Amino acid sequence: MIHLEGISKSYKIAKRQTGLRQAAKALFYREYTTIAALKDISFSINQGEIVGYIGPNGAGKSTTIKIMSGILVPDTGKCTIMGCTPWKERTSYVKNIGVVFGQRSQLWWDVPVMDSFELLKDIYKVPQQEYQTTIKLLIETLELQEIVNSPVRQLSLGQRMRCEIAASLIHSPQILFLDEPTIGLDAVSKIAVRKFIKTINKEKGVTVILTTHDMNDIEALAERVILIGKGNVLYDGHLEELRKRFGTRKTITADYSQNTSPIKMPAGAEILSYTQERLSISIDTNHTKTSDAITQLSQQVELTDVTIETQPIEDIIVKLYKEYQI
Amino acid sequence: MKVYLSVLKLRLSMGMQYRTAALAGVATQFFWGFIMIMVFEAFYEHASSTPPISLKELIQYIWLQQAFLVFVMMWFRDNELFDLITSGNISYELCRPNGLYGFWYAKLLAQRLSSAILRCFPILIIAYFLPDPYNLELPHSNTAFLLFVSALLLGLLLLVSISMFLYISVFVTLSPMGSLLVFGVLSEFFAGLIIPVPLMPDWLQQIANVLPFRWTADFPFRVYSGHIPEHEAAIGILVQLSYLIVLIWLGRKALNGVLKKVVVQGG
Repeated sequence: MIHLEGISKSYKIAKRQTGLRQAAKALFYREYTTIAALKDISFSINQGEIVGYIGPNGAGKSTTIKIMSGILVPDTGKCTIMGCTPWKERTSYVKNIGVVFGQRSQLWWDVPVMDSFELLKDIYKVPQQEYQTTIKLLIETLELQEIVNSPVRQLSLGQRMRCEIAASLIHSPQILFLDEPTIGLDAVSKIAVRKFIKTINKEKGVTVILTTHDMNDIEALAERVILIGKGNVLYDGHLEELRKRFGTRKTITADYSQNTSPIKMPAGAEILSYTQERLSISIDTNHTKTSDAITQLSQQVELTDVTIETQPIEDIIVKLYKEYQI
Repeated sequence: MKVYLSVLKLRLSMGMQYRTAALAGVATQFFWGFIMIMVFEAFYEHASSTPPISLKELIQYIWLQQAFLVFVMMWFRDNELFDLITSGNISYELCRPNGLYGFWYAKLLAQRLSSAILRCFPILIIAYFLPDPYNLELPHSNTAFLLFVSALLLGLLLLVSISMFLYISVFVTLSPMGSLLVFGVLSEFFAGLIIPVPLMPDWLQQIANVLPFRWTADFPFRVYSGHIPEHEAAIGILVQLSYLIVLIWLGRKALNGVLKKVVVQGG
């Protein structure tokens, strides 16, 4: 469905040191640096997948989305989405896709949200009947009943974002690109948005490509993640596998009745905190089994409570970034 | 086609919200109209030779100019479009299954129409009831009136097609101020909005005749007052049409050119 092969894109940026003198110099002579935003990116995505596209700031996530939605023309490489090359057959291609740029707005600022929707209906030539059913579904699932008749300028960020997502789906696209859709949303809105993405993926088979910095989004939605950094694809595969590879550490927190004698730690354990009543350690499950560690502890102290936590996905990602030095 | 109509509708309903702005506009335009008329009256009283346009015709010219100011002024601009380009929100416009030129053209047209609808009628009606010689008269024949309406509307289309270049230039410069000043001053002067074209020296009139600006304002107003006779007006309308076709063609080409090179950075 989506097929990218060897996509590269570089930006030319005027370089200038700070200061008035440098500014004056730049009037006559400008130095340019070329920044390679994407280097040889290739991947394929099948219909009905939800793919999390992650990477640190400036990795090239948005650039990829823009190329895939036909806004930017890459320097080299091939991109075929539903049989079209996005930037070549732009006008006929974009009917098939919906795009949400979390940092931009497509709604008309001064008019009620509904008016923007109506306009989009005409832009995409959606038949009235189809529009009615789609809009009803969108309003229900995104909980927009109370806000669709207020002007956009009076909406909060979260309300607006939900409207933006609805606006991108009025023409029932088969592919949805979401570029940081949960940026700045509160927990309730985030959950509403996530639930909604899941619903349209399941019920309508919409392929979703999602970039975000909120790893909880990825965990809740995506089975597959593509990690990019410095313009290269670094990892492409299941989230679970990522967890297995990098998320091998577990945190054990033990409460016990007062203990003054020193405790012998399990092998390879890293002490996070230690008091006379409480101990928190982190172990690597590749070396020490969790059960062994607990057994060892229970032989030395009188345990009252034990909790085991897996490493949060955020930490795994940080580790991943470190390993790839991005 | 339906898309353009709904853009028009949306923009109209939006523009009509701003009643106070329209009211203030009407007041300003009256003020300006009177000052212009008084200045020209003073000149005319002491003119040694017969001026090429009569004071009565000139007064018609000025009232029409004030009533349809938003049809003829280049500086009447859509800041939203500028923001779209400079902020990168244009991303969304590029994800739509229609040409950007037509879409923006409709937007700009609608913006001018919505402002004009609110402003022109009070000015026209009040100017009509002013005491002689300061009043606006009915056009001298039905044909002249029909010619005036078509010339005015074509002039509006022409002006919008010229102003499209302003927006296109922002893709390159990223700031509308420069183009706005250059385009604004040039067009305002050569459209006869500062000095009516018939009062310009001959050599300047020749320049004005070659440029498209005169056909947006000076021409329709003089058709109304009868300063341009009917058969000449018909030819003028043909000139407007050809300008319109050429400018739209050039504009589309230029826009496609800049869109190929557009780079949307960040987020």
